[in-house]
Amino acid sequence: MPDLYHYLQQLVNGLTVGSTYALIAIGYTMVYGIIGMINFAHGEVYMIGSYIAFIAITLLAMMGLDSLPLIMVCAFAASMIVTSAFGYSIERVAYRPLRGGNRLIPLISAIGMSIFLQNAVMLAQDSKEKAIANPLPGSFVFGESSMNGVVISYMQVLIFVVTFLAMLGLTLFISRSRLGRACRACAEDLKMANLLGINTNNIIALTFVIGAALAAVAAVLLGMQYGVINPYLGFLAGIKAFTAAVLGGIGSIPGAVLGGLVLGVAEAFGADIVGDQYKDVVAFGLLILVLLFRPTGILGRPEVEKV
Amino acid sequence: MTRNLKTGLFSAVLLMLISYPILGLKLSVVGIRLQVEGASAETLWIIGGAALAILLWHLLLRDRLLGSGLAKAALPSLPEGFKHSMTLPHVQRWIMFGLLVIALVWPFFGTRAAVDIATLMLIYIMLGVGLNIVVGLAGLLDLGYVGFYAVGAYTYAMLAEYAGFGFWTALPIAGLTAATFGFLLGFPVLRLRGDYLAIVTLGFGEIIRIMLRNLTEYTGGPNGISVANENKPTLFGISFERRVPEGVQTLHDLLGTSYNSMYKVIFLYLIALLLVVLALFVINRLMRMPIGRAWEALREDEIACRALGLNPTTVKLSAFTIGASFAGFAGCFFAARQGLVTPESFTFIESAMILAIVVLGGMGSQLGIIFAAAVMVMLQEIRDFNEYRMLIFGLTMILMMIWRPQGLIPMQRPHLELKP
Repeated sequence: MPDLYHYLQQLVNGLTVGSTYALIAIGYTMVYGIIGMINFAHGEVYMIGSYIAFIAITLLAMMGLDSLPLIMVCAFAASMIVTSAFGYSIERVAYRPLRGGNRLIPLISAIGMSIFLQNAVMLAQDSKEKAIANPLPGSFVFGESSMNGVVISYMQVLIFVVTFLAMLGLTLFISRSRLGRACRACAEDLKMANLLGINTNNIIALTFVIGAALAAVAAVLLGMQYGVINPYLGFLAGIKAFTAAVLGGIGSIPGAVLGGLVLGVAEAFGADIVGDQYKDVVAFGLLILVLLFRPTGILGRPEVEKV
Repeated sequence: MTRNLKTGLFSAVLLMLISYPILGLKLSVVGIRLQVEGASAETLWIIGGAALAILLWHLLLRDRLLGSGLAKAALPSLPEGFKHSMTLPHVQRWIMFGLLVIALVWPFFGTRAAVDIATLMLIYIMLGVGLNIVVGLAGLLDLGYVGFYAVGAYTYAMLAEYAGFGFWTALPIAGLTAATFGFLLGFPVLRLRGDYLAIVTLGFGEIIRIMLRNLTEYTGGPNGISVANENKPTLFGISFERRVPEGVQTLHDLLGTSYNSMYKVIFLYLIALLLVVLALFVINRLMRMPIGRAWEALREDEIACRALGLNPTTVKLSAFTIGASFAGFAGCFFAARQGLVTPESFTFIESAMILAIVVLGGMGSQLGIIFAAAVMVMLQEIRDFNEYRMLIFGLTMILMMIWRPQGLIPMQRPHLELKP
């Protein structure tokens, strides 16, 4: 049954990519849920995360350390710490002074920030593509052979496991911890939460930090999976993740996860049907269709505009 | 004091954390392997110095400066009366007139390179005033404006390539095609709220670029299409090119002199100037018509507009379509000047640059846009500066939004004020 295997393979590939989209999408959706703005620079944070991961991995390799768990831990830790710092600083510098005005003003500032970060990385690290070898080669094969069966690489398994753990951690944090409760309160009603003694500035900064850290997780995973980075990859990743967030219903965290998975699968099958060079068109087309027919997304609540 | 010390230390650590890994450690390819190289001592000193400066600022200066209100006065500012008069419509009109006279005369005394740059400037002014209708007047953030620019350019290039159309016949068709694209895209998406619209238009711009790159049979793929000399702009049938097919009259034949490319450059400049003046005139009139008033009303308050019986979708759609048509004209001219269109001329960065022009100039203000386009193109042309150009664009966009969201030269409506 070569056809069935082929489709199953596409499904697996789509779900893998989709789960990383979901991780990035959470950053968009949390920020949108609380202050109602699109953090356009989020994709660049993801790009910076992948650079930090590559730097960490290369540094370890230069020191002659090649134990896989150590590489993983260092790459994740370095990348998450640095992107968290970026997430916090971006909010503090470019968005906080603009809060509460016209909606377009923070968005333009965010576009400026995105251009700034992309070019800063390009100037500091030059714009050539950088490649590393896959630190976790090998794969499971289901079916008769790798040509006639479903191949799941160890890297894909790792992506699934880490993504699942990250989401589990986030869900527990949001639903159980005191800070998580404060986050939910702010998403419900920012002003009221402020009146009730929640430091909303800190909570908003926290959502940026969480979003950035999750983007870093995605960056490390995808960086190792594809093995190639350049300063431009943040733009596309950001748009895709935003599409995922809108698809699932922006403002809703389970929605972002669902949206990411749906987008990943749709892209895999779409590219299979219309050709790989139109993969991005499939994603954008899906975004436009969703916004046309169900602007609130799959799990979103309709927004009532108040005067 | 301890609080200041804490925030100061926190900021300093944060600054090192965001700058050292990216600026201080450089990934470089050695052979087939990657290596990390440390940056020069100079860079490290700068990072350290900046961290120290931010710490000292928090410890010593911040309270004193912000407490005494010095920070506000520290920004340079023009005298109040002069600032006020610069934003009045009739003053701006006179300035425009003066600029037009200068623009008409100087190319005959300028150098070839300068006139060429001025032509580029005019293209950006055209794009700026077109996008200004959508962003500045109607308040719709359009990040895919470059898509319509591409449509205009490719319409002309393809008409010339496959049907042998000349510039002047292709110009209105390019504008109309871009407007049609604007209409077709705007029709479904304009029901969306502002920030969604921004992303959808961005996606649309990218879709157009990807299509142009991949439909190789029609668009020439990544190599693009070049415009043959006989289809380039002519003046009542007189061509300004060096080599043309038999039967086409060229200027240097007519004058009986040898070919001089200066004539062509000035001619293109004058066409661009004509297009820009027409665009400015039309938009100026539109702004005084009910439709223009409706755009601005919609920008200010959509719900109030609905209550007063305006149909927001129609109003937005008209802004979107008319804005797109100007991009189409600009694209057509761009193709004629360049002689070659490729998909890579129409990336998101181009959209961002046009948006930066509108934002920098002051949303809604035409004089501001002319000024901003001039500054942007000049920045682009300074060679040593070119690397840092986009970096500075990005930074300017952030700083403008924080300090002067109304732009450098905002527009003022004639209005009365009650003084308390």
